[in-house]
Amino acid sequence: MTDTALITIRKLVKTYGALPVLRSIDLDITRGESVALLGANGSGKSTLLRLVAGLSKATSGEIRVGGWELPREAHAIRAQIGLVAHRTLIYDNLTARENLRFFGRLYSLQDIDARIERGLARVGLAKRGNDVVRTFSRGMQQRLAIARALLHDPAVLLLDEPYTGLDVSAAEILDDIVLHSHTEGRTILLITHELERAARLAGRVIILSKGKVGYDGATPSDLPAQYRQIVGTVSAG
Amino acid sequence: MKTPFFKAALSIVRKDFLAELRSRELVGAMGLFVLLSVLVFSFALELNRQARAETVGGVLWVTVVFASILGLNRSMAMEREQGNFEALLIAPIDRAAMYVGKLIGNYVFTVAVSLPLLVVMTVLYNVAVITPEVIGVLLLGAFGMTVVGTLLAAMTVQTRAREALLPIIMLPIVLPVLLAAVRATNAILSRAPLAQWSDWLLILVVLAVIYLVMCLLTFGFIVEE
Repeated sequence: MTDTALITIRKLVKTYGALPVLRSIDLDITRGESVALLGANGSGKSTLLRLVAGLSKATSGEIRVGGWELPREAHAIRAQIGLVAHRTLIYDNLTARENLRFFGRLYSLQDIDARIERGLARVGLAKRGNDVVRTFSRGMQQRLAIARALLHDPAVLLLDEPYTGLDVSAAEILDDIVLHSHTEGRTILLITHELERAARLAGRVIILSKGKVGYDGATPSDLPAQYRQIVGTVSAG
Repeated sequence: MKTPFFKAALSIVRKDFLAELRSRELVGAMGLFVLLSVLVFSFALELNRQARAETVGGVLWVTVVFASILGLNRSMAMEREQGNFEALLIAPIDRAAMYVGKLIGNYVFTVAVSLPLLVVMTVLYNVAVITPEVIGVLLLGAFGMTVVGTLLAAMTVQTRAREALLPIIMLPIVLPVLLAAVRATNAILSRAPLAQWSDWLLILVVLAVIYLVMCLLTFGFIVEE
């Protein structure tokens, strides 16, 4: 582990039955870094994210977040992680405030009401806080999902194709959160298929192909071309 | 760093009650099923008074167990619909607290539907079903079934054939509870002395304890990949 690494992954292997999904991944991700995780469908991006979130168990290898090791110290790690997926992970029959209050209790937050109001204001839902979520548009639900993921001020924000179904204003809110993550000391791991957005938001790009790291480094200026070249090269091998 | 066990469990209970209060999907569906079920049994079994007294326990428990399955499926579907189960799994709470939270909600909903069922059965079958003893057996039997059902519903909710799978897996496992509850209920309704049905009551208690311990120990393994 490097001195400043918040997430450390060593020799990480994940297989489903006989099918290898991740093959000996090694990564160090520092605090405040915005990392775009790219790759073709089935390259292992979501699996890697789920492993870091503790939602899945590695076949072998080591994952550490903030010095805590998975799965042994999963509770400590979960408190530091926020997740936004393409599904919203919120309850349709509760209001926006009730949803956030519920998750605030699960995270034992002290100043829940203040955090709820800040979160709703940040995603532009302050006026709809008492409305039942099932009356929200898909974009509004995803905005609430962002507020939920940030409610406990996580050190690591995992974004698994979070732009799916987002309207322009919601996408801008999420862009703003990712862009300001460095100043907030928050580490971002973003899975997206939008290469232009990844190039604009992330300071570092990791390209996975067939479960291996094909590229890991600063975001190249010609990311789409680089992406095609790397994915093609690794896939062919 | 980890949220206290009962705080997490009660948060889940509160959330389930709030969601149900707003939608009334679960208790509504269970209540309607219970009503239709006892009506169908009542018309299908045109019995004399003696035969009614002998079969009313079976009708009661078959209705309760299927209503409970209906409720369990719906309760877990709520966690599945927007991937909410993952939101619970990623929170810093004990897996067992998740289980206890869901269990309490499921149990209260099952009891909330089963108690009015006693009133309906008293009217339809003309048998005095509302007694403290029957209510006691109902509370105990429903608990044993819900303990197992909550675990199995969490397991089957992750499968494609979830609605069909839950009764197939659950019924054989809750059969001992069902048997003991029916025997105890029938004995109570035939005004048998306590000594004749106390063993069934004891079996219900023992089964509930065994199932609860096993479910608390295994829930974490079942919900994790």
